[in-house]
Amino acid sequence: MNNITPYSSPHYFIYLLLLLLPIMIGLWFGKRLHIYDFFATVVILWITFFGGNMSQGISLIFYILYEMLLVFIYLSYRKKHNNFWIFTMFVVLAIIPLVFVKLDPLLKNATISLFGFMGISYLTFKAVEIIMEIRDGAIKNIKPYEFVRFLLFFPTISSGPIDRFRRFQKDVLKVPSRDEYIELLHSGVNKLMQGLAYKFIIGYFFGTLLLPKIQILTLSYRGETPFGISWALVTYMYVYSMYLFFDFAGYSLFAVSISNFMGIKTPMNFKAPFKSKNIKDFWNRWHITLSFWFRDFIYMRLMFTMIKHKWIKNRVHIANFGYLTLFLIMGFWHGETWYYIVYGLFHAFAMITNDAWLRFKKRHRKSIPSNKFTHAFAVFLTFNVVCFSFMIFSGILDKLWF
Amino acid sequence: MDEIKNKIVDILKDVTGLDDAGSDADQDLFKDGVLDSMATVEVLVTLQDTFGIQVPVSEFDRSQWSTVNKIAQRVQELE
Repeated sequence: MNNITPYSSPHYFIYLLLLLLPIMIGLWFGKRLHIYDFFATVVILWITFFGGNMSQGISLIFYILYEMLLVFIYLSYRKKHNNFWIFTMFVVLAIIPLVFVKLDPLLKNATISLFGFMGISYLTFKAVEIIMEIRDGAIKNIKPYEFVRFLLFFPTISSGPIDRFRRFQKDVLKVPSRDEYIELLHSGVNKLMQGLAYKFIIGYFFGTLLLPKIQILTLSYRGETPFGISWALVTYMYVYSMYLFFDFAGYSLFAVSISNFMGIKTPMNFKAPFKSKNIKDFWNRWHITLSFWFRDFIYMRLMFTMIKHKWIKNRVHIANFGYLTLFLIMGFWHGETWYYIVYGLFHAFAMITNDAWLRFKKRHRKSIPSNKFTHAFAVFLTFNVVCFSFMIFSGILDKLWF
Repeated sequence: MDEIKNKIVDILKDVTGLDDAGSDADQDLFKDGVLDSMATVEVLVTLQDTFGIQVPVSEFDRSQWSTVNKIAQRVQELE
């Protein structure tokens, strides 16, 4: 038997639904079966991480122990002291395993990533969130089993959505009423069906049927035209964008759906992103839990510090500096290749341009028309800018040029 | 309370540069795009300086700070 990637095969869904059944019956009768929940988590994690090659699973165990140690040492430290540098040190220590995993491919013949397993990014986001909120005093107490339950919540373990500890606790500590649970089941079934259509029909059509053919066609222009640019490349851009959305949105719908069955309202990750009227709007609709994580734990904190200490006077410069930092970090997080970093820079400049346009619009509000045609144009423009950025992200240019 | 609200409206006008910012005390400032992340931080810092309160960023739950009325209530609690 091999490790099964969550939500990737019919097997996974069958195991999952069988395991969920007692949880659902329990919730139906107003009970949370905490011991059974733990058992189900162990089984699912076993299928996911220990099915074939055990190294992922062993990494996961050591990773959890390591992060738990950090969080609880910091928690006991924070009860008495609050030094900025100690806090920074703990955040850095919490991120280090992820940094190693990301740097590993750059180093030839060296494996420095002790903790390589699927989903390490998402667990790290959760752990860092907890450390930051402990510092702010928003989390005053957390028990080891609560920490582990939050990090290992299996519906979202491999790729999010990234929930927040206090929000998650609110759901776990209460049992939904019969009416609320019926509503959650209803929403769960809808999302499951939508997810199946997104990932296994539309995503499959674009990603598995169309994309490989168009890639071959696109790469056939390599060296034939200036920079290998062709209509095939343009088609690739749109097909890849559709695949990326439907595949990931489909996966996210599964994660939210399964959470709902378990009485947990995991936040949604996508909100019709291709209807965005500008790039800022786009980031409020695309991979929402990630962009909000970056917004709350990097961008706003950075802005807050910079404004408070008056490092830079001009607020436009501060905001732009923030965008560059944020999107560069996001680029590096995706992976240490040139196209992810260019993707980050591209979005930073798109945000900066967008802000400049919004400022201009504010000053000339009376002379700039605003109607359904300008709205349609804005949506069209944003869609194309986004698809262009996904073409960079896809790495096709790397194959085409180098 | 009214004094707090007036001060908050002044801060909102100042930060956003909009004359009608906060004129409706129940308007959702985030949903209607009056405040973006940057403006939010500026409002937060100004609130801290004006009222001498401490608002850690992670205490800043958007749903609890979304209207002039809600901000005034939070400020009063923290003062």
